[in-house]
Amino acid sequence: MDVTPMSRWIKVGTLEQIPRLGARVVQTRHGPIAVFRTADDAVFALLDQCPHKGGPLSQGIVFGHHVACPLHNWSIHLKDGQAEAPDEGCAKRFQVKQDQEQIFLDIGD
Amino acid sequence: MKKMKLVMVGNGMAGVRTIEELIKIAPDLYDICVFGAEPYANYNRILLSPVLAGEMTVKEIMLNDVEWYQQQGIELHLNKKVVHIDRVNRKVLTEDGMEQVYDRLLLATGSNPVVLPIPGKDLPGVITYRDIYDTHAMIEAAKQYRHAVVIGGGLLGLEAANGLNLRGMAVTVVHLGDWLMERQLDKVAADMLKSSLEKKGLSFLLNKQTTVINAGPDGRVESIGFSDGQTIPADLVVMAVGVRPNEELAKASGIHCLRGVVVSDTMQSFDPKIYAVGECVSHRGVAYGLVAPLFEMSKVCANHLAQLGIGRYEGSVTSTKLKVTGVDLFSAGHFQSDADTEEIVLHDAAGGVYKKIVLKDDKIVGSVMVGDTSDGAWYFQMLREKQNVAEIRDHLLFGQSHLGNTGHQGQSRAAEMADSMEVCGCNGVCKGVIVKAIKEKGLFSLDEVRKHTKASSSCGSCTGLVEQILASTVGGAYAAQPNRNKPLCGCTDHTHEETRQVIRSEHLLSISAVMDFMKWKTPNGCASCRPALNYYLLSTWPHEALDDPQSRFINERAHANIQKDGTYSVVPRMFGGVTTANDLRRIADVVDKYQIPTVKVTGGQRIDLLGVKKADLPKVWADLAMPSGHAYAKALRTVKTCVGSEWCRFGVQDSTQMGIQLERTFAKMYAPHKVKLAVSGCPRNCAESGIKDVGVIGVDSGWEIYVAGNGGIKTEVAQFFCKVKTAFEVLEYAGAFLQVYREEARYLDRTVHWVARVGLDYVKKRVVEDEESRKALYGRLLYAIQDEKDPWAERTLGLSRHEFEPLSVLD
Ligand code: SRM
Ligand SMILES: Cc1cc2nc3c(=O)[nH]c(=O)nc-3n(C[C@H](O)[C@H](O)[C@H](O)COP(=O)(O)OP(=O)(O)OC[C@H]3O[C@@H](n4cnc5c(N)ncnc54)[C@H](O)[C@@H]3O)c2cc1C
Ligand code: SF4
Ligand code: FES
Repeated sequence: MDVTPMSRWIKVGTLEQIPRLGARVVQTRHGPIAVFRTADDAVFALLDQCPHKGGPLSQGIVFGHHVACPLHNWSIHLKDGQAEAPDEGCAKRFQVKQDQEQIFLDIGD
Repeated sequence: MKKMKLVMVGNGMAGVRTIEELIKIAPDLYDICVFGAEPYANYNRILLSPVLAGEMTVKEIMLNDVEWYQQQGIELHLNKKVVHIDRVNRKVLTEDGMEQVYDRLLLATGSNPVVLPIPGKDLPGVITYRDIYDTHAMIEAAKQYRHAVVIGGGLLGLEAANGLNLRGMAVTVVHLGDWLMERQLDKVAADMLKSSLEKKGLSFLLNKQTTVINAGPDGRVESIGFSDGQTIPADLVVMAVGVRPNEELAKASGIHCLRGVVVSDTMQSFDPKIYAVGECVSHRGVAYGLVAPLFEMSKVCANHLAQLGIGRYEGSVTSTKLKVTGVDLFSAGHFQSDADTEEIVLHDAAGGVYKKIVLKDDKIVGSVMVGDTSDGAWYFQMLREKQNVAEIRDHLLFGQSHLGNTGHQGQSRAAEMADSMEVCGCNGVCKGVIVKAIKEKGLFSLDEVRKHTKASSSCGSCTGLVEQILASTVGGAYAAQPNRNKPLCGCTDHTHEETRQVIRSEHLLSISAVMDFMKWKTPNGCASCRPALNYYLLSTWPHEALDDPQSRFINERAHANIQKDGTYSVVPRMFGGVTTANDLRRIADVVDKYQIPTVKVTGGQRIDLLGVKKADLPKVWADLAMPSGHAYAKALRTVKTCVGSEWCRFGVQDSTQMGIQLERTFAKMYAPHKVKLAVSGCPRNCAESGIKDVGVIGVDSGWEIYVAGNGGIKTEVAQFFCKVKTAFEVLEYAGAFLQVYREEARYLDRTVHWVARVGLDYVKKRVVEDEESRKALYGRLLYAIQDEKDPWAERTLGLSRHEFEPLSVLD
C-alpha cells in the first residue's frame, strides 16, 4: 500500500468497491476495520467490533448514518461509534477520507 | 415557500398528541399556533388521580413544558379562551380580543363535566373534577374540612373519592344506580369493588338521587339532600356524573354538531378546513372518553393534516382500569351476557377474585375482572382482533401463562412481580426498570417501552407481560397497540397492509420508490423496514422488482448463518432428510480440508457445519457441490419426513418420497418468515407434522393436510385444513396455502400468526373451497420460484465476490 512519508493516510481502495449502504473490511494490525459507505456516499471507519459482544459491524444493515449490529441489533452511530440509547458503549473510530474516489484510512501507530 | 398556518384550540392531551405526530412527519409544513384556556402547558390529565391521592406531583405529570413549545417553534397562548370562529375569513377570536388567521383549524376542546341542575349547584365548595385547578381545590379543601360527598360512582367519582379519603376526609359516594360503575361492571364485580373500597374507609349510598345542596351560615356548602328526604353533612361536594363533549365553540360558528363535533374517518368536520380530535368529537355517533382512542384519532388526523392522505380512523373498542392503588379491576366490551352470548365465570369470593369472559360465536366480546387482572391485556387483544378462542376455551380463565409459553412460564402476573424480577430474558430487563421508564418518560405504548428499555424487542415472548406492566402502571390510558393498525416501523405511519397495497396498486419496483411515494420519515429506512419492503417488492412483482442485497439481513446476504464469533454455519440441503454415502463423504472431506470445528445433526434432519470463516464460504460450497439448505433465510427450510411405507411396518403412504417432492418443488421459495414442512407416513406422526407450517399425514385413503403449526417460542398445534387423495393434490393445496401467506402476511409473521389474524375460514375459502383460486395461487407460486438460481452455485462462480473478500489487507 502507498504510504506517503508526510502523512499516515493509507490508500485502501475506491469508493465503488464498497456497496452503497454497505461496508467492507480492511485487515490491519489493530484487527479488522469496517469501512462504511452511506447513501449520500459519505465514508466512515470503525473497528469491526460491536461494543456489546463484539459482533462484526461490517455485516450489519446500514441506514442513515447508523449501522444495526448483526448479532443483537444495537444501533451504532457511524460518525463516532456510539451506541444509540438506551444501549451504552462505543466502537473505536478511525479517521478516513476520500480523495477523487480513492479512500484513505489513518490507523494511527 | 410560505408555510401554512395551523391554529389549534384546546391545549389538551389529544390536541398536543396530534401536533407531536404532525411535527414528526411534516416538520416544515405549518406555522403552528396553540390556544389553551388553562394556564398550564400540556399535562397528563389521567394522572390527576394519583396527584389527588398524593402519589405524584403536578410537576411529574407534565408531558410537554413551555420550553418544548419554544423548541418546536410553536406559538403558545395559555390562559386564552377562543370564543368565536369566523369561517368566512378563516380566523379565530379570543375572549380578550386577539385575532388569529388560519389555513387549517384544529379543534381539541375536550369535554365539560356535567353539572346537575339542582338548587345549590353554584355554592362555594361544590366542584367538578376535570383539571389541575379542581385537583388543587380538592387538596385545599381536604386540609380544612371533614365531610366530602362525591356524586357519581363511576370511574372518575371513585378515583376522586379514593384521593380525598387518602387525604383524610370522610368520604361518601352517592350513586343513582343499583351498583357502582354500571357501565363497566356487572353486579357481582361491582359488589366486590364496593366492599374492597369500604375496607379502605369509603362509604356508599346507592340508589340515591340528589335533589338539593344546602349552604351553611358562611355561605359555603354544608349539607346535601336526597329525594327520599335524607340529608347528610357535606363540606365539599364533587360532581362526577359524566362529561359532555365541549362543542359550544363549533356549534356557535355553524359547524355540524350532534353530541360532539361530527367528524369523518379522516377527522374532518363538515368544514373541510376544520379538523377535530379528542373528547369533543362525535365519530360515527360515538364520543370517546379515554385517551387510547383519542391517540388513534391523533395519528390519523396528523397524517391528513400533513397532506399524506393515508389512514382512516374507524372507531375503537375501549377498556377500563381503575387507578386506585390496591384495587385491581378491569373491564372491556360487552360484559353483560344476553340470549346470543355465553359467559365463562370464575368466582372465588373468599379469595377476592372474579373473572368473567363473554363469548359470542367463539369470540370474546367482553370481559370483567376483579382481584386478578393480569390477563386483561391478553383478553382485550383477542377481543379487538376477533380471535377465535374455541381451541383454548378450556384454559381461557387460567390465563396466558397456562398456554405453554416458554418465554416466562408461570410468572405472568405482572402486578405481583417484584421489581427485581426479570421480564425480558433476551435483553435482561427487569420489572423495576420498565416501571421506572414508563413513569419517568411518560410512555404509553409497547413500542415506546421497547425503544426506551429494549424489553420485548427481541424474541417477543415477554410482550404480554410487558403489556400487563404497562396496563397496570398507566391504567386505562394504555393503548394495547391495535394490531391491525400497527405501523411497519418507526420510519412510517403506514401499516404493512397499506404498504403492500400501494406496492401493488402503484406497481412500485424499488425500495426507494416505495419510500418516496409513501413519504417515509427517514432517508433510507432502518433495519426493520428495509428487509420487509424488499420482501414485499419481490413477492408482489417476481422477476420484475430488483433484489436489494443491502436491505437483507447478513444471513440472507451471505447465504449462511452468522455465529456469535462472526464465523458462519453451512447447512446443505438433504431433501426429505435423505442422504447418500457420496454426499456424506464430500461433507467429511470439506470438514477436514477447511478444519471446520463442529459438525452437528440439526433438529431439522440435516447436517450443520459450524465455524466456517466467511472468506472460505464460496470454496466450501464449491467443494460440497450440494444446494443451499436456506437454513439462514426467510424461506423454505426443511421438509421433515419419516421412513414411511417403504420400510415401516405401519406406514400407509410413502412419506419420504412425498417430502422429497415437496422440498424439491418449493426449495427456493422465499416467504414472510421461515417455512417448515413435514410429512408422516401414518397417524403415529413420527415427523411431527402437528407443529409445522404445513404438516402432511398419510392415511389409508390419502393425505391429511394441517396448517399453521409452530414449534418455536410458543408451541402451537397445527389445524386441520383438508384431506386430499393424490400426491399432486398435496403439492397444489400446500403450495396454494403458502402462496396466500406469501402474498398477504406481514413480514416476520409465521403462518400461525397470520392465520390467527385472518382466520382459518378465510384461508380455506381461498384454497380449499375455490378451485379456480387455488389453481391460480399455485400457478403464481410456481411462476415466482421458476428460474430461481441456487445461491451457492451462483457464488462459487463469482457472484458478489466483494461480500466475501476484505477490501484490503494492511500489514
Ligand atoms: C441449527 C438449529 C439447531 C440445531 O442444531 O438443531 C437451529 C438453529 C437456530 N435457530 Fe432454530 N434451529 C433449528 C431448528 C429449529 C426447530 C426445529 C425444527 O425445525 O424442526 C425449531 C422449532 C420449529 C419451528 O420453527 O416452528 C426452531 C425454532 C427457532 C426459532 C423460533 C421460531 C418461532 O417462530 O417461534 C428461532 C427464532 C427465529 O426464527 O426468529 C430460531 C432461530 C435459530 C437461529 C437461526 C438463531 C439465529 O438467528 O442465529 C439458529 C441458527 C443457528 C445456525 O447458525 O445454524 N429457531 N429451530 C436447527 C436447524 C434446523 C435446520 O436443519 O434448518
Ligand atoms: C381525573 C381524571 C382521570 C382520568 N383517568 C383516565 C384514565 O385512567 N384513562 C383514560 O384513558 N382516560 C382518563 N381520563 C380521561 C382523559 O383524561 C381524557 O379522555 C383526555 O384528557 C381528553 O383529551 P382531550 O384533548 O380531548 O381533552 P382535554 O385533555 O380535556 O383538553 C381540552 C383542553 O381544551 C381547553 N379548551 C376548551 N375549550 C377551549 C377554548 N374555547 N379555547 C381554548 N382552550 C379551550 C381546555 O381547557 C382543555 O385544557 C381521566 C380524566 C380525568 C379528569
Ligand atoms: S439454536 Fe435455537 S434454541 Fe439453541 S441457542 Fe440458538 S436460537 Fe436458542
Ligand atoms: S454484539 Fe452487537 S448487538 Fe450484540
